[in-house]
Amino acid sequence: MQVSYRDKRWEFDRRMPVYRLLEKLSLLPENVLVLRNGQLVTEDQPLQPGDEVKIVAVVSGG
Amino acid sequence: MKCRKCGAPAVINMRHHKLALCAAHYLTWFVQQTERAIHKYRMFTHDERILVAVSGGKDSLALWDVLLRLGYRADGLAIDLGIDDGVYYSEHSLEMTQAFAAQHPETRLHVVSIPARYGESVPEVARRKRRVQRPCSVCGLIKRHEMNRVALEEGYDVLATGHNLDDEAATLFGNVLRWQCTYLRRQAPVLPANDAGLARKVKPFCRSYERETAAYALLRDIAYIYEECPFAVGATSLEHKATLAQLEHDAPGTKLHFYLSFLKARREGLFSAEQQEGTALHPCQKCGQPTIAPDLCAFCRLWGK
Repeated sequence: MQVSYRDKRWEFDRRMPVYRLLEKLSLLPENVLVLRNGQLVTEDQPLQPGDEVKIVAVVSGG
Repeated sequence: MKCRKCGAPAVINMRHHKLALCAAHYLTWFVQQTERAIHKYRMFTHDERILVAVSGGKDSLALWDVLLRLGYRADGLAIDLGIDDGVYYSEHSLEMTQAFAAQHPETRLHVVSIPARYGESVPEVARRKRRVQRPCSVCGLIKRHEMNRVALEEGYDVLATGHNLDDEAATLFGNVLRWQCTYLRRQAPVLPANDAGLARKVKPFCRSYERETAAYALLRDIAYIYEECPFAVGATSLEHKATLAQLEHDAPGTKLHFYLSFLKARREGLFSAEQQEGTALHPCQKCGQPTIAPDLCAFCRLWGK
């Protein structure tokens, strides 16, 4: 699966749930939303090889 | 995970509310939550004219969208700060705001260009005032002044900003760390108008997590600027947000309890009546906006050579 977050890109070939992916990337689920193939999904949802995953940061401010 | 209302696949799980919802029920729920906050804190009524300060970000555009869906008379105010820094930040922000406004012809968008009106962009002012390291304070001062000015000049009853719970909790956290009581007593969902010339200010998203406003914007297909302001890198408020996010992760609901407990303590007399009234304000000799300074307000002093 192809994963993007801000200006970073990763490629993973193993099936895993969203929360596992976030753990791998050291991201707190409280700080992001995850789109799988353009659809918002919860942390328990599976991610498969071939999925396009976009992680959206929700924190803003200054 | 399934939607608690209908059993369809959930799109968001809010551990702090122990609530997972599908897209349709989430959009309904989020609008209802906002309306509940508007009523609870008596922010405004359907008879009043609302000016929404819009930055092109998720919070302010989501707020404008929610208010329009609720049938409020809400117009927008965009302030072009002239922040470029190689990424055309202000330009992109304005484009997002104008695109949203174009989809809602029933509303009006006011645009104020700081460089055009005052001759300098925010980064230029920050450089001249030697606040390059902390331009956010200059930026905040300019935005507050202009929001108040336009709200009063254009006859709006209330000025609404998209500050969310995470913003409020981070501000509260920072002020508590330094026990800045002057700032603490001014932090509230509603700051009433006063005779000195301050417009009423409200924060309808003050009980909504930042993740919730982002989910609303995404599910509503609202195009917003993802990029962070280039000057926000390393901002203290972002550090406070990171600390609070870890606490929230370990104990869901921490941010909400922190903020709501502060509001409760306020109601129950955290500050004396004298403190609540604050310092006496009088009109700035140049712009007429209220200030505690004896002659010129901080905004007008900014432009003095």
